Amino acid sequence: MWNSYKTPQGMDRRHFMSHIAGASAMYGTSLAFGQSLRAQADQLKKNHKSAILLWMSGGPATIDIWDLKPGTTNGGPFKAISTSGNVQISEHMPLMAKQMHHMAIVRSMSTREADHNRGRYYMHTGYVPDPNIEHPSYGAVVAHELMSQRSGLDIPPFVSVGGASEGPGFLGMAWSPFNVSSNGRIRNLESKKDEDRLKERMASLSLIENGFIAQKRGSIAEDHRKILAKTYDVMTSKQMDAFKVELEPDAVKERYGKGFGEGCLLARRLVEAGVPFVEVDLGGWDMHRGIHTELADTKLPALDKGMSALVEDLAQRGLLEDTAIIWMGEFGRTPRINGEAGRDHWARAWSVVVGGAGMKGGIAVGATNENGTEVVGEPYSSEDVMASVCKALGIRLETTFQSKSGRPMKIANGGKLITDLFA
Amino acid sequence: MILAGIQRSKRYTIAMMGSAIVAGALVASFCSFQLHAATGKATELPPQVDKINSSIAQVWKDYSIKPSPVEDDLKWCRRLYLDLIGRIPSYSELQDYAKDKSADRKLRLVQRLLEDDTYTEEYAANWSSIWTNILIGRNGGMERRTLISRDGMQKYLRDCFARNRPYNEMVYDLVTATGTTKPGTTGFNGATNFLVMKVIEEDAVQATSAVSKTFLGLQVQCTQCHNHPFNEWKQQKFWEFNAFFRQTRSLRRFENGTQDVDFAELVDQDFAGEGGNPELADLYFQLRNGVTKVAYPVFVDGTEIGKSGYVEQINRRKELGKMIVQSEFLDKMIVNRMWAHFMGYGFTRPIDDLGPHNPSSHPELLEQMGADFRKASYDLKQLITWIVMSQPYGLSSKIMPENQQDDPTVGEPPKFTHFYSRQMRAEELYQSLVVATQADRKGSLEAQERRRNEWIKQFVVAFGTDEGDETSTFNGSIPQSLMMFNGELIREAISLEPGSWLQRIANDRSGPNEKVQYLFIAGLARKAKSEEMKVAEALLRSNKGDAKAMLQDMWWAILNSNEFIINH
Repeated sequence: MWNSYKTPQGMDRRHFMSHIAGASAMYGTSLAFGQSLRAQADQLKKNHKSAILLWMSGGPATIDIWDLKPGTTNGGPFKAISTSGNVQISEHMPLMAKQMHHMAIVRSMSTREADHNRGRYYMHTGYVPDPNIEHPSYGAVVAHELMSQRSGLDIPPFVSVGGASEGPGFLGMAWSPFNVSSNGRIRNLESKKDEDRLKERMASLSLIENGFIAQKRGSIAEDHRKILAKTYDVMTSKQMDAFKVELEPDAVKERYGKGFGEGCLLARRLVEAGVPFVEVDLGGWDMHRGIHTELADTKLPALDKGMSALVEDLAQRGLLEDTAIIWMGEFGRTPRINGEAGRDHWARAWSVVVGGAGMKGGIAVGATNENGTEVVGEPYSSEDVMASVCKALGIRLETTFQSKSGRPMKIANGGKLITDLFA
Repeated sequence: MILAGIQRSKRYTIAMMGSAIVAGALVASFCSFQLHAATGKATELPPQVDKINSSIAQVWKDYSIKPSPVEDDLKWCRRLYLDLIGRIPSYSELQDYAKDKSADRKLRLVQRLLEDDTYTEEYAANWSSIWTNILIGRNGGMERRTLISRDGMQKYLRDCFARNRPYNEMVYDLVTATGTTKPGTTGFNGATNFLVMKVIEEDAVQATSAVSKTFLGLQVQCTQCHNHPFNEWKQQKFWEFNAFFRQTRSLRRFENGTQDVDFAELVDQDFAGEGGNPELADLYFQLRNGVTKVAYPVFVDGTEIGKSGYVEQINRRKELGKMIVQSEFLDKMIVNRMWAHFMGYGFTRPIDDLGPHNPSSHPELLEQMGADFRKASYDLKQLITWIVMSQPYGLSSKIMPENQQDDPTVGEPPKFTHFYSRQMRAEELYQSLVVATQADRKGSLEAQERRRNEWIKQFVVAFGTDEGDETSTFNGSIPQSLMMFNGELIREAISLEPGSWLQRIANDRSGPNEKVQYLFIAGLARKAKSEEMKVAEALLRSNKGDAKAMLQDMWWAILNSNEFIINH
């Protein structure tokens, strides 16, 4: 932490710090913003589970990607191709086809939220929106649960790349997603001041900060202090080099591609550095018209390149066995192709893809009917996907949280395991 | 004399701090104010204030909870400036208020901010920015391929608020607007920017949900596809409401000789109906079971306007506009919105869902205020006065043991026993820095507004959906803190460049202690505590006696504090 090590240089500065300490004691609160210790990044890597969520904002047409219905009225023009696993996927995903032995397609997702905001919230939290309570997103939950294993991590434990994700809800601002763009650049990171002067400023700031908290004007004041501490870490920690995607060899950068691919590469670097949860956003799936051209020409090539590079790279580095990958959006799209050659929102029957962290690859779990309109057999939900990922990450499903009002909330909203993934 | 000898600029921001102040006397006047705060009942409060007070107090009684004490006067003043004109008060504005010892000083300040010409521009700009975000979002007009002119939207709204246009007339404008979107074009009507992108799709689904939600507090978006289980709205009603927008078209207007869209024009055209008969212009929608049904324009209360699609016979949007401004949902929605703006929470959550499935925390008060607002001819300044002069708005934000159960952050319905602390909006932070420290105040009003929009854009994350959903990272998270630590705006705010705000203070003849006091008052509307003065002394020593550097460090710390950014 910024004030727990290294005294400023020189007599004057030491004098200064003693003054601050004296003044701070008047409030009976610690001068320190937090207690975390720095550790070597190497130690963080070992035996630590992580999760990467590939978030397909807008609602991807899974019927055109993972669960094709060629030859039916709803099928559209795409052909299915065989893969390295025991599943077929879209012809526009040739690179992923070589990685499917690592991944499982859950083809029997059936949810109820077909509005973007509600679907985004539900798929990120396992709860439907409730104006009286803010539920923590999965990223915040996983970060919260796994953080105890990484006391030396200075990087925020929940990083959202290229998108906004969902908030920490009642877990508090300290668990909110740290938003960065897919090239890893972080705005306003560089301080123009030397570290000693920054430290003095922080000490002066902490005095005002603590004085205000002591007035009991609401929890928002304390939340602010926690974020200041994390901000200081972000500004000063060497671990932040993990965000420098540009340090990767050209061949690797090329393999992943730009944009979303770059975000996937960043996710791998962050997982290597010990970050428990990374979300990478690929938006633009809300294709109400002209869907197949757009999928074939732009969206699927981008997805295919980035996602396949990530899976392959993680596997080659031996990281995949500890890293869960989840691919999903807020819902699927209508099997019926509308009058403008698009597909609308459809939550009743769609697919997500999961893999890594010991989950079984190369399989399809569940199925949809011939036209893709309904799930055949047992349907799965956001909660079930989350419960399964939690199990893979070694998070106990009996874990409960308390909302601010004291209501107990089960992790993953009490979802059930998708047992086929663990057979 | 602090700041003595500085040339008065034409710009009012200079004027507001240029009134030569003796720092010592300033501090004394703040002290004496604290000791001799005038008491007594303020005169001529509007009767609506009493109604609010007794209604709120009744709930306190019902729940056996007690309100916090009245807030410190200068903190209340800071709160009022933020909520009413969107920025903190300057040093001299605080001083002016502190000097006023009259019993009705609060009401006088409210009236000054609402009526005095000095503030017209800022009042209008603040409410224009609030309403621009409500109507087109923070991202509206900033995307590629948009037809929205953000400038046009803001221009229209600034005019409304500067002239205090009655709220019902503003709503009628926005619902029925025709004309062009961009200022300076023939037929310009900035109000068109609200709907121009919401009718871009033939079925005008976005217009349907935005108009019903924003002005009537009726959430209909889910009923587009199915009957809502918890909502009285049925799918039929959605499409009947939707039918009002089927004559409306956004026409692209191109730059001369190019394919580039320059602006758009919102027009009403005859609607032939999906069945092809304009006399009976119908539209079709599909129930989930596949049955196709037909819909014509019918208002939420069941009023029909006829089925013709000919604009000359029936202008559907005008008919809709008339019925919206007659609806009592209009009254309740705006009261709820304004109450939530000033009090931190509305009577319902979310504020724009007033359906019967979502009961309000203070139903009678909401009805009463809605009716009073209608009687007051939709004068927003009166409504604002009732709210900010009410007892709950004046309460301390300190939470007492007697009212700590009143905590809306845990999902409890708000009881308004204390003022609810909240972070400034991005716009409020920006304006506060611009005015308190004159960072980035250059160029015309429009140029400043554009620069502010650009600055705010860094916090906006668009989800890229058809609905234009977006969220803000100006939410107390690390990116916001990084901006406050190192961002350009803050660097300008603490700049010691010649002519900067801080440099002028630093160059004043008064002593370092007085200057530190000046900073605390300017930033936090309070004097520095003794331990804070000690820190300033220590900072001075560690900066080897460089008072300017000390002031810079101190001002950085003040601006970065929770106390600064939290409206409390």
